[in-house]
Amino acid sequence: MKSINWFHYAAPQNFYGLAGRMWPGFAVLATAFMLAGLWLGFAVAPSDFQQGEGYRIIFVHVPVSWMSMVVYLAMAFWSVLGLTFNTRLSGMMTRALAPTGALFAFLSLWTGALWGKPMWGTWWVWDARLTSELILFFLYLGYIALTSAIDDTRRSDRAGALIAIVGAINVPIIYFSVKWWNTLHQGASVSLTKGSSMAEVMLWGMLLMALAFWFYTVALVLYRVRTLILQRESHATWVHQLDEVKP
Amino acid sequence: MRWESWSQFWAMGGYAVYVWGSVGVTALLMVLEVWQARWAHRAVLNQLKAEQAVAQLPVDEWK
Amino acid sequence: MSGGAFMAVLRRDLLLAMRRKSEVLTAVFFFVVVAALFPLGIGPELNTLRLVAPGVLWVGALLSSMLALQRLFEADYRDGTLEQMALSPTPMPLLISAKLLAHWLVSGVPLVLLAPVLGLQFDLSADALMTLTLGLLLGTPVLSLVGGIGAALTLGVRGGGVLLSLLVLPLFIPVLVFGAGAVEAQASGLGAEAHLSILMAMLLPAAFFSPLACAAALRIALE
Repeated sequence: MKSINWFHYAAPQNFYGLAGRMWPGFAVLATAFMLAGLWLGFAVAPSDFQQGEGYRIIFVHVPVSWMSMVVYLAMAFWSVLGLTFNTRLSGMMTRALAPTGALFAFLSLWTGALWGKPMWGTWWVWDARLTSELILFFLYLGYIALTSAIDDTRRSDRAGALIAIVGAINVPIIYFSVKWWNTLHQGASVSLTKGSSMAEVMLWGMLLMALAFWFYTVALVLYRVRTLILQRESHATWVHQLDEVKP
Repeated sequence: MRWESWSQFWAMGGYAVYVWGSVGVTALLMVLEVWQARWAHRAVLNQLKAEQAVAQLPVDEWK
Repeated sequence: MSGGAFMAVLRRDLLLAMRRKSEVLTAVFFFVVVAALFPLGIGPELNTLRLVAPGVLWVGALLSSMLALQRLFEADYRDGTLEQMALSPTPMPLLISAKLLAHWLVSGVPLVLLAPVLGLQFDLSADALMTLTLGLLLGTPVLSLVGGIGAALTLGVRGGGVLLSLLVLPLFIPVLVFGAGAVEAQASGLGAEAHLSILMAMLLPAAFFSPLACAAALRIALE
């Protein structure tokens, strides 16, 4: 196993270059998988026995929901890294992830409501998953609000890291508590996934879309972190020597 | 191919509002997100270019 | 001696709170107002009141706690005491747990004592009142402990109050769910033991980890 010098890329200057080389590839992959997934999901997959054509929302709803959780975990990961190794890049990565995660959490709620209305007759249901997703959205907003409110970069990064970690620990607790509450109330017991009874095409469509969204996220976050690096390292010599900055 | 005509496709078996409401908003917000990221990046580059231009002027022109 | 330092901080905070009674009373008064206004707003139908009581009273307690959190570290931050605590040989988490305890004694305990009284307005049975009080007894410390982390992170930050509420809201939700759920479970005959044990299960780790997290957050704020 070739030993990669991870700490080489912990330096913003080096990561800037790496991210710059990587994001276009991910963008291409995202586009390709998105087109393939949409084709499978909207052109090939048959209509559902119970839900007719309306079920096709899952090809968007499920990927954004998954990503909203994956991104939060990634934020927690970078936060732990940042507090442990005290690297500037960790704070930048966490900050670059947040807006996309928040967007996906919002879209999860939005598409979920639009799926729920025709299927269960209501825009909203206090089921464990929905409620947890709502709270996850608040966690994102909290992180963004906190880091935006603190002017000092270092303090902002570290405070954000702490809230990200505390929030990450809290997510399973919230899910568990709401599930418990929900079973007591015997709320709408809906199953949002179709499990193994799903036609293979549908499954493949969802998988392709999930990957598409994942590639999209990686590409966008790498792109965004480059902007952050430029902003924060603007006084460094290497920035002045970049081609794109020469007047 | 599932659909027999474009109008069938857009109608989505009566669920048009919900399906296209979801897919549409998702697509829209993602496009906006990408635009915003590009705009922000360009803004920072322009800022840096301007700073460089100033830095390269002969010293007495800074005043 | 660590025990001495703990008691010193505890005594100091309690004394300061007594001297600034108005700050303390504001949050408690808020709880009373919420609990008193809801029946007026909802109407006198007793069955309805009994149904909404756990939720209303718990949300009132939550909001009151959010209000009280603001002043947890404010004063000490401004006059430099917090820095002294960070520099002192006594471990900071220990000193912070003293502050959190003082905060709970002053802001949480009144809620616990008032709840049974206010609960009478909602025609809650004696057992329900007992469950409510017990739940608050276990839950309000968790609110102080966990809310303290939010308070530490938002020290001296603009928009502090609203920001603090946004940050602690997700953290409070499990407490709300199990606290109010306990009363509902008791009322429906299922028994509140499970809910109360879970509240206890939240309290113990929180009591241990929260001072550590607060200390980390305060160090970040003090840098």
